[in-house]
Amino acid sequence: MIVLESLAKRFGGVEAVRDVSLVAGDGRVTGLLGPNGAGKSTTLRLLYGVLTPDRGRALIDGIEVATDRRAALATMGVLPHNAGIYPHLTTRENIRYFGALHGLAGAALEARIDELCGLLDLGGIADRRAKGFSQGERLKVALARALVHRPKNLVLDEPTNGLDVLATRNLRDVIRRLREAGHCVLFSSHVMQEVAALCDEIVIIAGGRAVARGTPAELQAGIGGGSLEDAFIAALAAAGG
Amino acid sequence: MGALLTVFLKELRENARDRRTMLSALVLGPLGAPLLFTIMLNASVVGRASAPNLVAFLEREGVRVHDIPGGDAQAAAIVRGHGTRLALVIPPDYGARFATARPARVQLYTDTADASAGTDRARAQSLLRGYAGQIATWRLQARGISPSITQPVVVDEVDVSTPAARALAVLGMLSYFIVFATLMGGLYVAIDATAGERERGSLEPLLTLPVSRSALVAGKILTASAYMALSLGLTVTAFSVCLRFLHLDSLGMALELSPRIGLAIFGVVLPFVLLGASLMTIVASFTRSYREAQSWLAAVILVPTVPIMFAGVYQVELRSSLLWIPSLSQHLLIGALLKGDSLQPSDVLLSVGTTLAAGLLLAGIAMRLYEREKILG
Repeated sequence: MIVLESLAKRFGGVEAVRDVSLVAGDGRVTGLLGPNGAGKSTTLRLLYGVLTPDRGRALIDGIEVATDRRAALATMGVLPHNAGIYPHLTTRENIRYFGALHGLAGAALEARIDELCGLLDLGGIADRRAKGFSQGERLKVALARALVHRPKNLVLDEPTNGLDVLATRNLRDVIRRLREAGHCVLFSSHVMQEVAALCDEIVIIAGGRAVARGTPAELQAGIGGGSLEDAFIAALAAAGG
Repeated sequence: MGALLTVFLKELRENARDRRTMLSALVLGPLGAPLLFTIMLNASVVGRASAPNLVAFLEREGVRVHDIPGGDAQAAAIVRGHGTRLALVIPPDYGARFATARPARVQLYTDTADASAGTDRARAQSLLRGYAGQIATWRLQARGISPSITQPVVVDEVDVSTPAARALAVLGMLSYFIVFATLMGGLYVAIDATAGERERGSLEPLLTLPVSRSALVAGKILTASAYMALSLGLTVTAFSVCLRFLHLDSLGMALELSPRIGLAIFGVVLPFVLLGASLMTIVASFTRSYREAQSWLAAVILVPTVPIMFAGVYQVELRSSLLWIPSLSQHLLIGALLKGDSLQPSDVLLSVGTTLAAGLLLAGIAMRLYEREKILG
């Protein structure tokens, strides 16, 4: 379970995140929806501990990230925006590296790598060096890497960026399977259809604030019917975005 | 400790597959050793058979003679193409003219536009003059005439450079090159592990792992250190092998690099590896891209070679009061080892101690850098 409480972060004169709170529950997919520059990536970076909030806090399964980063990160799998992999290493070696840094080793780690290659359909490129992989292949390796330690919580920043239709669809299937397995999935996107197709709960971010939240149905009802897109536009308009 | 080892082994493997790293670590340093050969006088000779005694004389004087086939055209072409700085053409009638005491001509091909060939040219001319003078002396003596009658004025050139001083100049080059090659060995590793990792977008995922960032940085510095140590070892070995074939004693120098001395050089330079790796890691961490890191490091790796250059120019001798300066202390210790001096344990301790302390300090700074938010750029 991921809880964000009134997060705020300023870079010089720019207030990237002003006030973002949300609760992402287990067995649910929560979408962070917002236009480019709304503060989605900064919010997620505050969550996975590469940035420290000026105000507010991020809790993962009750552990505060800013004060006990390593314990919080141990239960989290992270796929940052445009995550890169190591071109001179094979798929397996890329995954194994992160597994080893999570403290996994030996037969258990190898079995987990095999399992992930099956789950993400990486069998064909498991022993190939990553140099020259397509965007979709790189993303799947990065995702496998983020899942290697069976994290309870999964954070994905714009995971469908640069993916073709088929790869996007495969990713959606994987996320659904993770939800069914009881994981807490939080992902960001600026594509509304993306979020609508996948999320149990949506948090709309604009200008560094969480301006609306709810299930897709609730958001639509909030503006008295209409499409989810209408709800999105209405929320942005209300926020002055 | 586990994370450090994991990072170290992964970086070691990854860089072993990187052509740029391997070239700079395995090839560049060892290639530099043969460069030492260029301080030897090289000459191409056409028609050695016509003047075997002349060529033998040149070889006795330490000239490395390469026979080339052909005639004037080939000699001109090879000098113009910088295949060699000097080419001596001995015409077929040399022998006949020489035997009958008529002036025997030879042609010395040089390129006066090539400023760097000046010393070689002067030395070749003086050698040939010396040979001619020697023959003239014998001929006069054979005819019962005192050779001194042909020398109304005698100019004695006095070369005040001593063999030791000439050797020292070579030594300076040698330690300069060893330090430079050592740094080059870790250059691409340091860039790849920092600026490269950020540019690829693999730094952010790495920093979301539940491991201490100090361990990550230590693993990276250790990898650069390992490649630098490898490069250092190969460079010293290459010099040791090359010096065996290079007869520096013909230039009046005694320079030997036995395996024992080579090992000692490796030992006194090894502490410098940590300092260099940490320095490069720090600089590369500040840059925004791989390319920017490359440009910065190309300049930064010259910094440790500056004290060595000064020491070479001013012919600084080993003094304990200078041994606290990293890179200069390695240079002075290498010089002492090559001259066959035995090192004072206190001197070695001072050099190793200050160099390691500076290396640890820089490694600490590198680790602090990775705790900052800005490290992601």
